[in-house]
Amino acid sequence: MSQVSETTVEREIDTSHMQVSETEVAIDVVNMHKWYGDFHVLRDINLRVMTGERIVIAGPSGSGKSTLIRCINRLEEHQEGQIIVNGTELTADLKRIDEVRREVGMVFQHFNLFPHLTILQNLTLAPIWVRGIPKAEAEATAMHYLERVKIPEQANKYPGQLSGGQQQRVAIARSLCMQPKIMLFDEPTSALDPEMVKEVLEVMISLAEDGMTMICVTHEMGFARQVANRVIFMDQGQIIEENEPEAFFSNPQHERTKLFLSQILH
Amino acid sequence: MTNIAYVRSDFSEARAAPRSTTGVGAWLHKNLFATSTDAVLTLLGALFLLWVLPPLVNFLFIHAVGINGTVEECRLETSGACWAYVWSEMEFFIYGFYDIPEVWRPNIVFALGALLLVPLLIPRVPFKRANALLLLIAFPVISYYLLAGGAFGLKPMPTEKWGGLLVTLIISAVGIIVSFPLGIILALGRQSKMPVIKVLCIAFIELIRAVPLITILFMASIMLPLFMPQGTTVDKLLRALVGVTLFSAAYVAEIVRGGLQAIPRGQYEAAASLGLSYWKQMYFIILPQALKHVIPGIVNNAIALFKDTSLVYIVGMKDLLEAVKTKNDTALEWQSANTPTTGYIFAAMVFWSFCFSMSRYSMYMERRLNTGYKR
Repeated sequence: MSQVSETTVEREIDTSHMQVSETEVAIDVVNMHKWYGDFHVLRDINLRVMTGERIVIAGPSGSGKSTLIRCINRLEEHQEGQIIVNGTELTADLKRIDEVRREVGMVFQHFNLFPHLTILQNLTLAPIWVRGIPKAEAEATAMHYLERVKIPEQANKYPGQLSGGQQQRVAIARSLCMQPKIMLFDEPTSALDPEMVKEVLEVMISLAEDGMTMICVTHEMGFARQVANRVIFMDQGQIIEENEPEAFFSNPQHERTKLFLSQILH
Repeated sequence: MTNIAYVRSDFSEARAAPRSTTGVGAWLHKNLFATSTDAVLTLLGALFLLWVLPPLVNFLFIHAVGINGTVEECRLETSGACWAYVWSEMEFFIYGFYDIPEVWRPNIVFALGALLLVPLLIPRVPFKRANALLLLIAFPVISYYLLAGGAFGLKPMPTEKWGGLLVTLIISAVGIIVSFPLGIILALGRQSKMPVIKVLCIAFIELIRAVPLITILFMASIMLPLFMPQGTTVDKLLRALVGVTLFSAAYVAEIVRGGLQAIPRGQYEAAASLGLSYWKQMYFIILPQALKHVIPGIVNNAIALFKDTSLVYIVGMKDLLEAVKTKNDTALEWQSANTPTTGYIFAAMVFWSFCFSMSRYSMYMERRLNTGYKR
């Protein structure tokens, strides 16, 4: 079992902007299958995410959670079924893939900052070279988001000079600089010291408060309770159970979910 | 019950280091005589130097005939190196058969090259982009017209007449510079998902790497004309240039591939997830990191290539070494016991100073580029 914790950020969540659209579909995954060679990693995934939803995907290691969100911006290829992001279906067509990636931000477990560039360069590279935004404007946006993740003073340092928590906040800011419509988080706090988990969760919560559409693969059940409007439980490449957080934690239906929760919650 | 709680109320002062960690004595002890084995090795090393250095210094300097000396002095049995010979044949060593009244042309090329290269190598000097463009695009064109002539009222100077250090520098500079981007493209091609490109790149790299440079030069100079339509000739120097460049490109490709493999997959994924296209991912994210890792390998290749240029003698070009050898064999007026040795020592010194500079510069560059990884 990978690292599971229940860090809670002790503050009131401002829900005024957290509205889930009734009509606007952000991501639609339909009968999706994926294989690694002969191994059937994802089986018949159906997932519709409305704009403004905050979804937490939980499940044991190897259940396919990361693979699923990596399919959504096509870091992984699916073999059957459909994935439609913001109305664009993902196929082998590179143009469509780039179109989707421009609108979908992703945060990785190991941050994956570019070590040879300063923090500011990390943040402005894609806006300048993908969106064609002038450098000065991109830098202003970058500073805005660095302030938002509370580390503007680090702008001219290199990633190697920052702590893990700071690096992850930079990584979030880097994604936000592209002004994405959807954010994917792939175990963003799993590689962090417990002290640093909180500062990253705080940034994620404030993002949710702004109404960002988010899918988070995480073991932070406290975060799921506080922020998610839906929790999805996966095992062996399938979605086994999904529910609102309150019901999911207090009254799990599936045996596998019960077992999982009994192991991680005390 | 005693109270075991302890709180330090003041910090102790920093004291000077003990005598045994500083000073000459400490250095000697630590580096030369730390153990009895070290002491024995140190003594052996000192004896070796005593054995080697005095005769060497005698030969090169004390008993040597200076640049103003005469051949008679060189022929004395007690004489050392015959620098007068090197000095009197210097023009041939540098320019080959280039017409002496015209050597101002290669001189301008040398000066211009140094003038453009030095500021490019010093990080503080501004206008790097303009500087690089001048060096890589304008300079070769200007150099070509200056050296070859035949335009702007300059006397035509066929490449058969070029020689010496001039040819060594041209072949190695062109080889090193052109093979670099070629090698990168081959390395990327070898990793490509497109099978045709991948197979072509692998075939090229493996074919060239499996064949000695001499063979490639032979093929270029002897076999290539057989395949060409009758009457067409490709310049000898150009053939050597192409051969050397392609040869080096295959090696650079493998060096760069090593660097690409050192880049974690997360870097590709992060770059891709931001929407960067393949070429932008490579240009901004992957290659800067990969190339930094392989600076030692690239420079190693450059040094090897610089020295391998001597092989162009087999296609009839007179590079520095071949020019020295030619004079050693044919300059009867300078014949003496030490003349050939002095010539070869001179060639060795020139090669050594170029290669050593490259090596030192690459070490400097490595340290400089390391900033991003320091904590």
